[in-house]
Parts: sequence; C-alpha cells; structure tokens
Amino acid sequence: MSKTINVALIGNPNTGKTSVFNALTGLNQKVGNYPGITVEKKQGSCRLNQTTKAHIIDLPGTYSLNASSMDESVVIELLLNRNDKDYPDVAVVISDIENLKRNLLLFTQIKDLKIPTLLVINMSDRMVDKGISLNVNKLEQKLKTKIALTSTRENKGIEFLKTCLLDFRSLSKVGCLDITKIDEAYFGNLQKVFPDQSLYKLWLVISQDVNFAKIERKKVQDATEYKTQPISHLKRLQQKETIKRYQYINQSLKETYSVDQSKATDYRSKLDRILIHRLWGYIIFFLILLTIFQVIFGWSSIPMDFIDERFTKLSEYTKINLPPGLFTNLLAEGIISGLGGIVIFIPQIAFLFLFIAVLEETGYMSRVVFLMDRGLRKYGLSGKSVIPLISGTACAIPAVMATRNIENWKERLITILVTPFTTCSARLPVYLILISLVIPEGKFLGMGYQGLTLMGLYLLGFAMALLSAGILNKMLKIQSKTYFVIEMPNYKLPLLKNILITVFEKTKSFVVEAGRIILAISILLWLMASFGPGKEFNQAEEIIMSRSKVKSFTAEQLENEIASHKLEHSFIGILGKTIEPAIAPLGFDWKIGIALISSFAAREVFVGTLATIYSVGNDQEETIKNRMKAERKSDGSLLFDLPTGISLMLFYAFALQCMSTLAIVKKETNGWKWPMIQLLSMTLIAYLSALIVYQILV
Amino acid sequence: MITLDLIEKNQLGKIVAIDTDLLPLKLIEMGCLPGNEVYLEQLAPLKDPMYLVIDGCHLAIRTEIAKNIKIELI
Ligand SMILES: Nc1nc2c(ncn2[C@@H]2O[C@H](COP(=O)(O)OP(=O)(O)OP(=O)(O)O)[C@@H](O)[C@H]2O)c(=O)[nH]1
Ligand SMILES: [Mg+2]
Repeated sequence: MSKTINVALIGNPNTGKTSVFNALTGLNQKVGNYPGITVEKKQGSCRLNQTTKAHIIDLPGTYSLNASSMDESVVIELLLNRNDKDYPDVAVVISDIENLKRNLLLFTQIKDLKIPTLLVINMSDRMVDKGISLNVNKLEQKLKTKIALTSTRENKGIEFLKTCLLDFRSLSKVGCLDITKIDEAYFGNLQKVFPDQSLYKLWLVISQDVNFAKIERKKVQDATEYKTQPISHLKRLQQKETIKRYQYINQSLKETYSVDQSKATDYRSKLDRILIHRLWGYIIFFLILLTIFQVIFGWSSIPMDFIDERFTKLSEYTKINLPPGLFTNLLAEGIISGLGGIVIFIPQIAFLFLFIAVLEETGYMSRVVFLMDRGLRKYGLSGKSVIPLISGTACAIPAVMATRNIENWKERLITILVTPFTTCSARLPVYLILISLVIPEGKFLGMGYQGLTLMGLYLLGFAMALLSAGILNKMLKIQSKTYFVIEMPNYKLPLLKNILITVFEKTKSFVVEAGRIILAISILLWLMASFGPGKEFNQAEEIIMSRSKVKSFTAEQLENEIASHKLEHSFIGILGKTIEPAIAPLGFDWKIGIALISSFAAREVFVGTLATIYSVGNDQEETIKNRMKAERKSDGSLLFDLPTGISLMLFYAFALQCMSTLAIVKKETNGWKWPMIQLLSMTLIAYLSALIVYQILV
Repeated sequence: MITLDLIEKNQLGKIVAIDTDLLPLKLIEMGCLPGNEVYLEQLAPLKDPMYLVIDGCHLAIRTEIAKNIKIELI
C-alpha cells in the first residue's frame, strides 16, 4: 500500500522553486501544454520512502497572497480551495537566504491560512560570500515551523527536506498574526457575521480584486457589505497588516539572522554599473542578440543537414522495402516528408530555448526590462513587454501569457496585440529554407549574409511590433494606472540541470504539439494531392500521350510531365489554382498557394507542405531543399528567386498564421473582438508589404 | 523633506510618508514603508525608471510612482 501526499512549492519569484522542484522530481515531471515560463502548473512526483510518494506542484512565483496579477492568483485560487484535487497537505515556502526578510512575508500569510507549512531556506551556499549567519533552531522556534536549509546548487539539504515532508503531520498549524489587531472594530464585526469562518481567509477574499474560484466567492457573497467599504480604506488596512507582519518578521530575525557587511562581496553593483550603463548596457544587449542569431544559424547547420539527409534516406528505404501501394506512398510521401519538415528544426529551436532560459536564469532579463522601459513607454508598452517580446521569439503562446505580469491594462493589451509580430520559432523553418535558397553565401564584416538576413528578419519583426504598438497607443483610449515595479535580482550562474530540463521539456512539447498538426495536415494534403476529380486527373497518361510534343521526350521526362499534370488537376491543385490570381502579384505560384492555405492552421507546416507536394509522384530521392531549388516557373526561370523569396519571407513575417495564438488571445482578452482585429490587420499588412516589395524587386 | 524622485546618487534617505492610494500594494509589501532606508543605485537614461534599494530590496520603479513617496535625507 502506498499513499500520496500533496505538496505545493510556493515562494517569491527567483528563490529557487523550480530548482528545488527539479531536485525532488528529476525528470518525473509534467509541464503544461505550451513551452514558456512557469505560468501553468508544473507537476511531478517524488518517492519519499517505500510507502509514501509526494505529488509536487511548482507554483508561479508570487510576492504575497494579495494578488496583483493573474499569475499570482493561480496560487491563491489553489490555497483557498479545499476541494481542489491538488489542495496541498503541506505547503513548502521556498525562500532565498539573501532576501529572507521579504520572503518571510509570504510565509506568514500562508501560515495564517492554517495549512501545515514548512520553510525552505535555499541558496545556503551563498552564506559565506555574503557574510550571513543564521541560527536555524532558534528561528524554527520563533516562526513555529520546521526549517530545511538547502542549496540546490550543491545538492545539500534535499534529503533532509524529504524527511521533513514525511513528517508533515507534526508541523504546527499556529498562525503568525492576530488579524483582529489590525482594526478591532472592523474585524470584530466581520467575525460576528461569519462566526464559523476563518477570519484571515475572509479578509483575503474581501480584499482581492481578482476573480477566484466560484465556490469561495459564493461563500462570502453576503460579505459584500464589507466590500462596500471604499477601496482606499481596505488598502489602508492592507498596509497596516503588512506593517504588522514585518514587525513580527523583524522580531523573529533580530537574534537569529545577521549579515556581516565587511565580509560580503557585492558583484551585483559592479556588474550593474556595466550591464545597465546608459551606453554600454545597450551595446551589450545588442551584441548578445547578435551572438544568439549567429549561433542559431551557424551551429545548427551540421545537425540539420544530417537530419535532412536521414529523413530522405528513410523515405527512400520505405519505398523500396515495403510492398508498393497506396499505404507505402502515404507513409513515404506524406507522413515521413511532413515529419521531416519539423524534426529538422529541433536543433535551432533547442538553441533558442537555451538562450532564453539562460537570460532568464541569470537575472539579466530584469536588466533588459529596466533598460527598455522608458523607450518602450513611448510606444504604449512597458519595460515588462520585453519579456513577452523576447520569449515570443520562441512561441507567441507563452509570450501572450507572460504579459500577465504587466500591471497596466492598456500596456498589456498593446503588448498582446503586437507580440505575434515577433519572429516565433515556427517562422524559423520558413526563413531558414528560403534564406538558404535565395541569399548568397558571402560574408560581410565577418558575418555571413545569411546570418545577417536572419537577424534582419528578427529586427523587422520587432520593428513592426513597435510601429504597430505606437499606432495602437494613439488609437486606443483606455485610462489605466501605471503600477510598474520590478525586482532586480542578484546575478546568478544558471544551474546546468535547470537549463537542460527546461530546454528538453520545451523542445519536446513544441515538437509534439507542432508534430501533431503537421502529421494531420500532411496526411490530408497527401490525400488531396493523390486524388482528383474528372478525367483530367484520372486519365492524365492518355492526355499527355496524345500530345504531339511528347514524341521526342525521354521516358523520364514523360513521367514528370504526367506527374505534374496530375498534381495540377488533383483536389489540392484545383484549390491552389483557384487562389493563384490573388497571390500571383506577390510572386507566388499555386503550389506556394497551397502552402499558404495550410499555413493558416500553423505556419510551421509550410516546409512540410511543400515537401509533401513536391514529393508526390516524384521518384528522385532528393532533400527538401534541392527539390525546392529545382522548381521552375512556366517560363523556365527559377521559382525561388530573390524577389519571390523576399516577398514570401515578408508575408510570413507579418501574417498571423497560427490558430493557437488566436485562441490564447481570445482567452486573455475575454472575447473574439481583439483576436479578429489582430487577424485581419496582420493579414492585410502581410499582403500589402509582400505585394509592394515584390513589385519593386521584380 | 523631498519626494523620492529627487533623490540623488550617494544620498541616503529615510521614508517618512507614503500615499497609500497611489502606490501599488506590491511596492509596500516589498518594504516601501515609513521608517525604512532607501538609496539610489542607478538611473536609467532620461532618469526613468529609478533603480532603488529600499530596506535592502533591489527594485526599479518609475518616477511617477516615486513622486508619491516622501523621504528625509540622512
Ligand atoms: N547559488 C545558488 N543559486 C541557486 C540555488 N537554487 C537556485 N539557484 C539559482 O536561482 C535562480 C532562480 O532559480 P529558479 O529555480 O528558476 O527559481 P524560481 O523560484 O523557480 O523562479 P520563478 O519560477 O521565476 O519564480 C536560478 O538562476 C538558479 O540557478 C542555490 O541553491 N544556490
Ligand atoms: Mg520557476
């Protein structure tokens, strides 16, 4: 018989929750559906002894139980809802030894909820450097809890933490603050009206202005008379509460925690002097971006060529070794080609996730927020928009969710609307293949033209995001308060384990999510390309044979002629031909048209679609790139020449071709209005800019 | 007594009063309370936002918020 206890990891941002989570669960973890920062619940399991397992949740970082963002309200929703299946048997508050005082504020609040609470003081490895000394036993008595002093960096204290978890029943459930002391009249009255309710819980629900689980809301509906108190009065009470809590904390820390400043080394100030210098700061940030793009382009080409070749071989092998027939064709031409179109980009996507994870883990991201805030405000954005805009280079979905910690609604809305302009990893495949087809290989100032083009496209995405933000800022008439506060955490060397797990999990979920769509679309496309209505398709052989010019053809030429005639009159060919007049001015033929149509589900299918279309009925075993290279227009010139390539890249840069983004924007803005406006205007911008550029270049 | 947005580098201040209605609760919870010490670590270009250390807590706020905090130089 084994039993499971629910454990919730709670704490201020950046205290090491995810590190402790990783140390406890290893790879036994499940992250939400989308790649991105910790916005969704992360769950994992850990065996404590032979009979007991812990089910562990890593919650998003929060400064207090008074939620100021939607992200933080996740935590409160869980802690207030006893019926939640994840409701913790024990709450583990993770704190950072350097910021213990501030971290303890949340601890006292959680303890007042009367949940068994365990305190983890993490980063103990920093104590010597910072001249910190701590009397654990005495602090345990003062705070009426059990303390586990850990360092995930040195892997210390984790086993002890496990034994504390096993012993959670012995944790004291005594609270920290007698809340009636804040305002005897107000709270005395409240208690009289709801004699059997926990006063602190009531107070929490009354004083929040975020929406919580419906059950809790219902229970205190009748308490609305207490909500009629003016907000400013409630806020004054909250301030008083905070002061009281800090008094309690200072009292507890007075004899137990001390910092010897003379022993402390402070490299934060030194680094800050350079990294957020008014000139060097920007130059360094730009250099970092430049390096990232150079690496993504330069380092990935070897594994990518390798993967491309493997998939081509696999497709060939399938065709030769399986009995010929419809199923073999579907497998070789539809599924394997389609999947190859996504697997090939794993190296790049992994590199991108790696860089974003490092920037976040080291604490550098907050500096970028600081550097950019003033500049971005002109465009109606906040410094905090930098995080969505940068993580949007991985995927717009977590990026849109990351806007949740922007306090100002107008700034947040604008950020949501412009984030899809940033170059997400799904655009990367399209760019990469087009760049390698149409941009020459030469070098300029030590940077390859191809790498520079890629960087240019990223910058273009950012520039477009800014431009449209500026326009939206002028157009939208929304009044909202600015409440910009950001912590500047200490710089930290990232933990290799954290980074590897993040990169692995995010890449995996990207590939699985995208792979599913691509698989479905590849099969559909293959079917539509392999069948057609009427005699043009079904009697293609006879029609071609009856033409006089084929007399002089070799057998191979003849076969190609028949195959392309068939494709043109298949279902998909007819569809592509129908929209061709609309896209011909952009330099696209009907085959690209098909790729555009299928890209409206998700743009990463572009390469897979072309791979499928070009391989149907094609017996030469070629890599995707070589097949695209060989495509010609009706006049015999190359299809993927510079004007078409650029026009196509621009179209992909600006169009909103991603149903999941639309869905998340709908969720975050509560309705279809904004996603629809976004879809229409982005498509229009994409079409017009591709049109103009192609007409100029051609 | 001055407002916090006027603090300069190498000055040490002590918070005397805050305008609760105009300050985010989060800032108060991070230690921006009367009696606590504050100094300026760095200014962004155009003097906004300000990178402050309040009661040992490193954080950045915009000057418009800092205007609602009164300090006394010590
Ligand atoms: N020196 C030291 N650094 C640590 C330790 N544990 C974590 N870190 C670092 O602290 C930073 C934050 O760690 P995370 O585990 O991501 O913190 P978190 O609480 O999950 O952060 P959020 O999810 O953003 O709220 C990372 O750079 C870690 O490498 C430790 O024991 N010692
Ligand atoms: Mg985390």
